[in-house]
Amino acid sequence: MTTRIDRRFAKLKDEGRPALVTYFMGGDPDYDTSLRIMKAMPKAGTDVIELGMPFSDPMADGPAIQAAGLRALKSGQTLAKTLQMVRDFRTDDNDTPIVMMGYYNPIYLYGVETFLAEAVEAGVDGLIVVDLPPEMDEELCIPAIRAGINFIRLATPTTDDKRLPKVLENTSGFVYYVSMNGITGSALANTGDVTEAVKRIKSHTDLPICVGFGVKTAEQARVIGASADGVVVGTAIVNAVANVLGPDGRMTADPAEAVATLIGGLAQGVRQARLAHAG
Amino acid sequence: MNKPIEPNSFRTGPDEQGMFGIFGGRFVAETLMPLILDLQQHWEEAKTDPDFQAELKSLSTYYAGRPSKLYFAEGLTRHLGGAKIYLKREDLNHTGSHKINNCLGQILLAKRMGKTRIIAETGAGQHGVASATVSARFNLPCVVYMGATDVERQKPNVFRMKLLGAEVNAVTAGHGTLKDAMNEALRDWVTNVHDTYYLIGTAAGPHPYPEMVRDFQAVIGTEAREQIQEQEGRLPDAIIAAVGGGSNAIGLFHPFLDDRDVRIIGVEAGGRGLEGVEHCASMSAGKPGVLHGNRTYLLQDKDGQIIEGHSISAGLDYPGVGPEHSFLRDTKRVEYVPILDDEALDAFQLTTRVEGIIPALESAHAIAHAVKLAPTMDKDQIIIINLSGRGDKDVHTVAKMMGMEM
Repeated sequence: MTTRIDRRFAKLKDEGRPALVTYFMGGDPDYDTSLRIMKAMPKAGTDVIELGMPFSDPMADGPAIQAAGLRALKSGQTLAKTLQMVRDFRTDDNDTPIVMMGYYNPIYLYGVETFLAEAVEAGVDGLIVVDLPPEMDEELCIPAIRAGINFIRLATPTTDDKRLPKVLENTSGFVYYVSMNGITGSALANTGDVTEAVKRIKSHTDLPICVGFGVKTAEQARVIGASADGVVVGTAIVNAVANVLGPDGRMTADPAEAVATLIGGLAQGVRQARLAHAG
Repeated sequence: MNKPIEPNSFRTGPDEQGMFGIFGGRFVAETLMPLILDLQQHWEEAKTDPDFQAELKSLSTYYAGRPSKLYFAEGLTRHLGGAKIYLKREDLNHTGSHKINNCLGQILLAKRMGKTRIIAETGAGQHGVASATVSARFNLPCVVYMGATDVERQKPNVFRMKLLGAEVNAVTAGHGTLKDAMNEALRDWVTNVHDTYYLIGTAAGPHPYPEMVRDFQAVIGTEAREQIQEQEGRLPDAIIAAVGGGSNAIGLFHPFLDDRDVRIIGVEAGGRGLEGVEHCASMSAGKPGVLHGNRTYLLQDKDGQIIEGHSISAGLDYPGVGPEHSFLRDTKRVEYVPILDDEALDAFQLTTRVEGIIPALESAHAIAHAVKLAPTMDKDQIIIINLSGRGDKDVHTVAKMMGMEM
């Protein structure tokens, strides 16, 4: 079964360029603004959307995404509302793949089967759940695959060749390579190491490899995109939202516009990623 | 007919996946997974390595001062007028609490794994002090994460850690308590996974931590079981311990789990009462969920967001509990009951006056339940309470609650 994710990566392969994958936090700074941010993304150059599900205790996230999650929760965001955001988005975009990303507990409490049924109906294509390694596949990964949703796994520098097959076994859609050991929003890893790692993972799988953690600028997107099938940008986008919020939380400019401007630049980056080689 | 089917033994967990029934597991980011598997392998080897066990035994004896005494508390017994009360004196260990038992075991493991940097989380500061202590003893740098609220209410322990050479990082996220400290320690670990050993202080976290910490703490129950038979010629009628994450409790309970005639009671922090959110009684008032690497009972809202609890005792101020306790709760082998802040304070003062022992506020919760239970029992019955730590660290908090200036 092909999903929107498979179709999107196939199309980009034909175009000969990597995907721009952009993350934002659902409900930050509020539901309506956040939905506008989401809707602005494809027009600005996003190929795949990662929709953050806020959690009170995001153990793998740095200060920027922690703060975004807290803003979203404070504005009243819940898992049910994040699913609703997908439905609202799908009323006028049925092509852009949507990957929901977050932590397991809210899904577990919602009920795995209920969540998956609603996610399929809403138009969710993939899931990234940070605290579910392959050892816990029975929890959500297997049921998600059965429901027709891609379960996208993180591979990290600590995932050695011995472990890679286990990590890739039930992965579909794409592989998210975390470029460094650490939390989101840290400094970008050495690009030479990233190129090597992408090559290493490609020797184990035909799935597209997207690289994230630390990509903030168009130039970085261009460099990473030269070897990867996709470039993931998260913290920079969340920061673009935070930067237009005053100390009292009021908006000093339009976050959707700020995000669109940033994505526009990043999109230029991924479009130039392979040109140097072509010439 | 409606009685749940009892397992042959309550002491066989966890299974290979690190599960105690539905609880436990390894809910961690992929970055940590290879390390956790490596830790598990080293732990399996160390468990059966006579050299490792001999070194631990020697340190426990000559450095920590084990075995700790089982003390007949005549003053408390007379005051309460019921069952005979024994106190397992973990407060007399080096560093003043049971935490040293686990830290000695894990620092030997860290050394064995070739790790060169220690990180730890702490609530009351007891585990932070014990971690800083063993790090000083083995000449390893140590970073302790501690909630900013706890840094404030446990100043003496913060100073002790610094004297011991540890770096204490105050965590301002959330309410600034143990949960937030643990999040930050996990973030450090995921960043420095190549050289860093995470010395978890309680019987929680991803497998194999709950099992490993339990095994290092089970020396408490193993000793108590022998001591009571020497001193009284029989097993106790009830054993009681306070449960935050639950390491002192599982340490006392585990060797008694298959002694079906021994009633086992874990005491949770009832804070200001279970009606609102100002308590930390995850098993009395929470629901199963996934946090900090394991599935267990958690305080959470209906969206699965973790709720910050409250307890007068920093060591019990945690919205979760070790997974084996969740299993023992559901199988009904152990009873879990809440004790309010005020009840714990009363027990703190009572023990100080009639025994000349200042208990930690955590341990005072266990004593407070014995205050209720002992008078309902016969004079020839026996209760063992785990006096998990000394209360010197809490005198500021208690003075404040009593409206006194120090």
